[in-house]
Amino acid sequence: MTTPRKALALISGGLDSLLAARVIQEQGIHVEGVNFFTGFCVEGHTHAIRKKDQAKPKRNNALWVAEQLGIKLHIVDIVEEYKDVVLNPTHGYGANLNPCLDCKIFMVHKAQEWIDKHGFDFIITGEVIGQRPMSQRKDTMPVVADQSGAGDRLLRPLCAQNLPQTMPEREGWVDRERLYGFSGRSRKPQMALAKQYGFEDYATPAGGCCFLTDENYSHKLGDLWQARGERRYELDDIMLLKVGRHLRPRPYFKMIISREEGEARFLEGYRKQFRHMRTVSHIGPMALIDASRFDQEDAQIAASLLARFSQGRDAPSVEVEYIDELGVAHGFTVPPMSPAQIPKEWYL
Amino acid sequence: MSRHHLDARRLLCPMPVIRTQDRIATLAVGDILEVHATDPGAINDIGAWCRINGHKVLQAQNDDGEILMILEVGQS
Repeated sequence: MTTPRKALALISGGLDSLLAARVIQEQGIHVEGVNFFTGFCVEGHTHAIRKKDQAKPKRNNALWVAEQLGIKLHIVDIVEEYKDVVLNPTHGYGANLNPCLDCKIFMVHKAQEWIDKHGFDFIITGEVIGQRPMSQRKDTMPVVADQSGAGDRLLRPLCAQNLPQTMPEREGWVDRERLYGFSGRSRKPQMALAKQYGFEDYATPAGGCCFLTDENYSHKLGDLWQARGERRYELDDIMLLKVGRHLRPRPYFKMIISREEGEARFLEGYRKQFRHMRTVSHIGPMALIDASRFDQEDAQIAASLLARFSQGRDAPSVEVEYIDELGVAHGFTVPPMSPAQIPKEWYL
Repeated sequence: MSRHHLDARRLLCPMPVIRTQDRIATLAVGDILEVHATDPGAINDIGAWCRINGHKVLQAQNDDGEILMILEVGQS
């Protein structure tokens, strides 16, 4: 009896990677999954932070997919290494700050390192030609294989019949006739295959959870770099971009204002790292102040802006407590800003 | 068999799962790992990760946002 060949599947948690892995399992290959955590796949974080969302059922789709397939899933933290992909993409960005092609190359490269280390034979992905405008095109498929270093050890079971033969097919580990030739943006072939396999509950087809494809999120990230005068970020930065209202009253300071209790609690965890404010006389939000400098006049503006989002918004004045960068408390009594006094450009 | 602790509080998923996974990789079969977390998703996610990787969840509780999971390391 021969030892079964082993494949590592890139599992995003979506339908395509679920199907790709199952297609290969059906051919008697031992499959394990890998899911890369970049920090930008933060779909579940809003649930975790916002109080009103916590009652909703929440699941990690990659783990759920692995359970459906009955495979092991290795979740790999690539936050630090991924920064270079976001900051210096060789192939540029998509519509927003999404470096999709570089991202795919990087992830397949990491998968290649993993299989080398663990004695696996090849890599599978759920890519489909024409599914994505930047990273899943006929002309970019070979770029991913070549530049990742995976070469013909990268097999895309859902569109393999439209691509040159790969090593697993050539070696007879996988029967090419039992792979697929899907192409284009239609989801119907995948849905039909899902039905055939008995998968009825799966994450939104082709739904990515990368916030770099989101225009508003990318705008806030771009603003962060501009304000800092350099393109860099830490994990906390990209988490905070997901939370609260972001307003920039001055080029040198930004406020992150909670929208509800769960967000306020989350922001409180950053009190030691940031100047911050709370309303005292009225129930109101918590605000972090991200500033390169911040004087008394700025504090007055920030307090007045914060008061606008408190229950004292219609009161003649609101008391605000401001904690400076040394942890010293200052009290302010300010008139809340009216909506007309808040320039639209302040909102990020 | 020995008992270990992991503080994954204030981390958002999947970081508690990654920390659990990395810690368990250093432990022996039968060891106990107590994981403390605050992301309510950790109960589901760590539970799912344990099921697919052959580890046992002995206890999982959410006490007003303070999550405690007690895991027994299995053969993986």
